[in-house]
Amino acid sequence: MNANRELSRLSGWGNTAPSMCHVVDASGLDTIRAAIDESNARGVIARGLGRSYGAPAQNAGGTVLLMTDHGDSSIVLDHMTGLVTADARVSLERLMTELVPQGWFVPVTPGTRQVTVGGAIASDIHGKNHHVDGSFGDHVVKITLLTSEGDVRVLTPNESSSEFWATVGGMGLTGVILNATFKMIPITTSRMRVETSRAENLSALMAAMQDDRNYRYSVAWIDLVAKGTRMGRGVLTRGDHASLSDLKSVDESSALEFNPKTLLSAPPIFPTGMLNKWTVSAFNELWFRKAPARVHESIETIGAFFHPLDGVRQWNRLYGRSGFVQYQFVIPFGAEDTLEAIVQKLSAENCASFLAVLKYFGKANPGPLSFPMEGWTLALDVPAHGGRMAAVFAEVDELVLRAGGRHYLAKDAHIRPDAVVRGYPRLQEWCEVQQRMDPRRMWQSDLARRLRLTTG
Amino acid sequence: MENGLGIPQTIALFGASSEIGQAVIREIMQVGVANVVLAVRNQASVTQFKDELQGTYPGVNVSVHQFDALEFESHDGLIAGIVTEVGDIDVAVAAFGVLGGEPCESLLATDAVQVAQVNYTGTVSLLGALAGQMQRQSHGKIVYISSVAGERVRRGNPVYGSSKAGADAFAQGLSDRLVGSGVTLMIVRPGFVASKMTAHLKPAPFATTPGAVAVATAKGLKSGRRIIWVPGLLRVVFSVFRHLPLPIWRKVAAKG
Repeated sequence: MNANRELSRLSGWGNTAPSMCHVVDASGLDTIRAAIDESNARGVIARGLGRSYGAPAQNAGGTVLLMTDHGDSSIVLDHMTGLVTADARVSLERLMTELVPQGWFVPVTPGTRQVTVGGAIASDIHGKNHHVDGSFGDHVVKITLLTSEGDVRVLTPNESSSEFWATVGGMGLTGVILNATFKMIPITTSRMRVETSRAENLSALMAAMQDDRNYRYSVAWIDLVAKGTRMGRGVLTRGDHASLSDLKSVDESSALEFNPKTLLSAPPIFPTGMLNKWTVSAFNELWFRKAPARVHESIETIGAFFHPLDGVRQWNRLYGRSGFVQYQFVIPFGAEDTLEAIVQKLSAENCASFLAVLKYFGKANPGPLSFPMEGWTLALDVPAHGGRMAAVFAEVDELVLRAGGRHYLAKDAHIRPDAVVRGYPRLQEWCEVQQRMDPRRMWQSDLARRLRLTTG
Repeated sequence: MENGLGIPQTIALFGASSEIGQAVIREIMQVGVANVVLAVRNQASVTQFKDELQGTYPGVNVSVHQFDALEFESHDGLIAGIVTEVGDIDVAVAAFGVLGGEPCESLLATDAVQVAQVNYTGTVSLLGALAGQMQRQSHGKIVYISSVAGERVRRGNPVYGSSKAGADAFAQGLSDRLVGSGVTLMIVRPGFVASKMTAHLKPAPFATTPGAVAVATAKGLKSGRRIIWVPGLLRVVFSVFRHLPLPIWRKVAAKG
């Protein structure tokens, strides 16, 4: 038993709801097996770079396996097929640093490069190309998983379909992902051809997004503070990987250059309340004005287009000590009225969210707990100290669920168990597979306990 | 676990018919709490409170569990049953206790032993079971409703006062023991509280109400206090009382 071992305080990227966990540096298969053997009834969960906003990668009173890449984890690329087999602890940043210069880009990237392959699968992450390419799990052809019995299993979408898809989006609750094979995207340059345009309100923005299909990548930033006729105004950026001919000033030898450096770091102590409705509304005004009134084309780096916040290390500190909460939901097409009602509600509440994001999702994949489905997804972040947000979120939750929508578990920090039951109609199917894969109920996390995911 | 907005998911009240206990729950309840557990000896006595909570907070799951402070061996099982049903307990309020009768001619009330058992042994047993569960969770907050009556025991209620003194001392030791475990225990020491338990008594100086105790408790929980007094002035008053020479104390105490 590890009752006397040291407890460490862990929280997600939002810096909320910390918990005391037994943290084990899981450097190899033997270490992982030993940690599992020594774990107590509170179970075990794997943790990558800790970029989930809430509590899926922490386990109060139980064991947390730190899956850290010390730069020695393996990445093997098949140049003929673009299939890469990477250790679960490898970050997307390392994949890009090593493979972009060779002409390969990751199939899906979220707004940060600081996620691991294991985390990308467990959360079935999505990016700006979801409407065309689907989510991360859609590109995975093989997952190697350590089960609670201590066996190493190989999962593929064909031979072990239910276990494979229970693991994709399964929040780490089917086992420890050890490595995975997935298909990269061929690129000829490391630059992006980007088209930026402005929309004066929500309906104009949604109308403009109707032709998203013509672009591989698309996302809209939306101003949740603007009111009246400007409510839901936004800046739409869309683009694709630039070809050599798109680049005028860059010579061929540097066309695939990739430099992931960060520019600055947020100081460790930022006062709580720095981001409030006044600062956010000023920021939003600037951001909107910065975007050109007419459609504008430009060439940007991968970092500038996909990961602007990675330029500021520890940007989560901007929210101060009390942290922040991310909120992301999707509602199906046809429920645009609900989306409008939600944006109206958030705007009326002066929801101090900067960088709220609206995106159009393509088809869902077979993962019962995979978040994306055809429809509109809205993501926002708010300071966690705002007293009214619980009540506001409760109202928005109800609107989302009534419209047949659901919440993203990798970001969730507040929903109640019934919101998962209602939002994920195939939850029961996932639970049955999960229990079959983990009869000992080894895999536990604070998120799983709060949402009653593993208790049947 | 508390969620990302700092809202506890499961709140449990032991001694759920207690007016102070119910007032504390009303005060710390908010939108976003998933479960409220009412543990009580007489289940019928909390039907109204259950309806009130469900009416005020649509969607909250309120469950009633059988709890008798005197059935010591059942306490571990009770906690385990609650955890199986609703998951980790985030906040537990122990508000049970009995005042007992006035001392009679034969020096002690006839129910003296039972009062001592409920207030002291029952508290040791339940708080022990709760602390054990919360230590396994590595998180949780326990609130123990003590009383100033234990600070310096009066001739008017030696059984009640001494049982509270013992339980309060136990809670202090347990609270220290929990430091570093992620679990906290807060002791609330109200003065005379006007409630149905004290309806037959003449209010003492610095009398307070269940509502005031609840407000102070919620505030103390938020700021992470270990001991709070209600009203706060009683802390000063009792630090004087504690050191009064006996003849003077007897005179002061006889008035209450």
